Amino acid sequence: MNEFLQQLVNGLALGAIYALIALGYTMVYGVLRFINFAHGDVFMLGAFAGYFLSPVVNRFLPAQSYLGGTLVLLLAMLLCAGLGMLIEFLAYRPLRQRPKLTVLITAIGVSLFIEYTCQHKYVFGAAPKKFPDLIPTETWRFGGLVLSSNQLLVFVTSLLLLGALRFVVQKTRMGMAMRAVSFNEQAAALMGVNINSVISFTFGLGSALAAAGGILFAMNYASIEPLMGVQMGLKAFIAAVFGGIGNIPGAALGGIILGIIETFAGGIPGLSNYRDGIAFAILILMLLFKPAGLLGKAQVEKV
Amino acid sequence: MQSRTKRTCLFAIVLAVGVSLCSHWFNRYYLGVAIDIAINIILAVSLNLINGHTGQFSLGHAGFMAVGGYTAAKFSLLVQPHLPPWLQPVVFILGLALGGALAALAGLAVGVPTLRLRGDYLAIVTLGFGEIIRVILQNTDFFGAATGLTGIPNWTSFGWAWSLAAVTVFVIASLVNSTYGRGFIAVHDDEVAAGASGINPVRYKVTAFCIGSFFAGIAGGLYAHHKSFLSPTGFDFMKSIDIVVMVILGGMGRTAGVIVAAILLTILPELLRGFADYRMIIYSLLIIGLMLARPQGLFAFGKAAAK
Repeated sequence: MNEFLQQLVNGLALGAIYALIALGYTMVYGVLRFINFAHGDVFMLGAFAGYFLSPVVNRFLPAQSYLGGTLVLLLAMLLCAGLGMLIEFLAYRPLRQRPKLTVLITAIGVSLFIEYTCQHKYVFGAAPKKFPDLIPTETWRFGGLVLSSNQLLVFVTSLLLLGALRFVVQKTRMGMAMRAVSFNEQAAALMGVNINSVISFTFGLGSALAAAGGILFAMNYASIEPLMGVQMGLKAFIAAVFGGIGNIPGAALGGIILGIIETFAGGIPGLSNYRDGIAFAILILMLLFKPAGLLGKAQVEKV
Repeated sequence: MQSRTKRTCLFAIVLAVGVSLCSHWFNRYYLGVAIDIAINIILAVSLNLINGHTGQFSLGHAGFMAVGGYTAAKFSLLVQPHLPPWLQPVVFILGLALGGALAALAGLAVGVPTLRLRGDYLAIVTLGFGEIIRVILQNTDFFGAATGLTGIPNWTSFGWAWSLAAVTVFVIASLVNSTYGRGFIAVHDDEVAAGASGINPVRYKVTAFCIGSFFAGIAGGLYAHHKSFLSPTGFDFMKSIDIVVMVILGGMGRTAGVIVAAILLTILPELLRGFADYRMIIYSLLIIGLMLARPQGLFAFGKAAAK
């Protein structure tokens, strides 16, 4: 029982990070109908932003303080939001009217560009780096159950961010515009919605969440490297499809379920080696039996 | 048209075998690059049938190549010690055919369930399939697990590689230009309209997947017997992207352009070896620039570019 609870806690922590990244995929898919392949790399850049910002912040705030940690997180989110908007502006906006496949291939190109530029020895270098402790770390034991302060932080931060996202999407003018564009782009444009700024904002929002995911991931797993976003990005995308792509609560739910399934599968001796393949197997099964995802609605294609 | 392609194909085979007989005169390095080019031509032209002619965006071609490569290599390793040396070409051909057949089966297994998906969804599923193959190979001791297969006999000669490349180009070009093959292009242009005109899009898609995977498997077998070494990491997502870029650079659905692109993209990395740090950065910028400036492909002349 204890082991079950432990795996559940670990799975939830991983799943919460998947959820944060998956939200970016699903929101971009909602407004643009394409998979932003470079999203996993924004997650990586978020972790690296934290790595480089932390010494800067520590100059005027004590190291390992909650205030400093929050500041690093917010600054990294801001930085990555700008970066996400820049990527959209430079690479995707000129292709807005082109076939979706063209945009997809461009996104793969952007992703490769970020990965290989960051691996270059004058940028970050390919070697893994140790992520600094942003907040004081503690471990609590409840019987046999081990809960680290970092895991707790993942839950709290993700919940706060999800709440904030819900507020932005449901209660603000920009959120309403986002929903309108996602529902019908042309009609939204006719109603006076500025499509470009909505898409730019969506990229910024998604990238900020990915950056938060990157920092939370780095705090939990302590080591970061330029290719860390590849697998995480793919799995978070799968989580988004699993929950129903374009559906915001679905992405969060899909991320958490995927995290739990993966962690439990990793605990089964014969299956643990196949951990990386499980997510893809789930994806294929999901697309076969319920292509719209857990919370998505099946759409009729009109000719 | 048909007889001319047949003659060109035969001529290419004779030329390849002829050159191969004098291969000991050539520098081993250049010979190796020439064989790489032939293998990449097979891969690119076969992927072009799926991505270009039929319009089904697949990101898992390296997975099919891995199936063929591992099958052929394992076959050679198991059978070769028990047979006299003069049977070696037979073993080689059988291994390649077996690898191709298994890759085609894998193509069938992927094609049938994923037909309902289009565009980017299909891309992700095929990508996932490639990753699953890699994970399975990495954990199967029979296939050498993470260390890979070593000591594969070095049988791929210039003649074998280029003859099979010629056969691949011939088969796929004739297929697409045949009456039956027009169906692939119809499915690519408009699936609904093709279905309404009595063409079964599902059948065409699966056929394209099977044939494309078959040749990818053959290329995998050639690759295995060329490098004498196989490891799961050689068949990752990047390898699939490499092949996709060849198809895009050459122009989707343009066989001649794709061949030129395969040659260029094999030679280019060799020339850029001195700038290894910048090679992949240049490569990714090439993809982005190409999509922004010339999405129909660098070598897409003549026929009005596909819409």
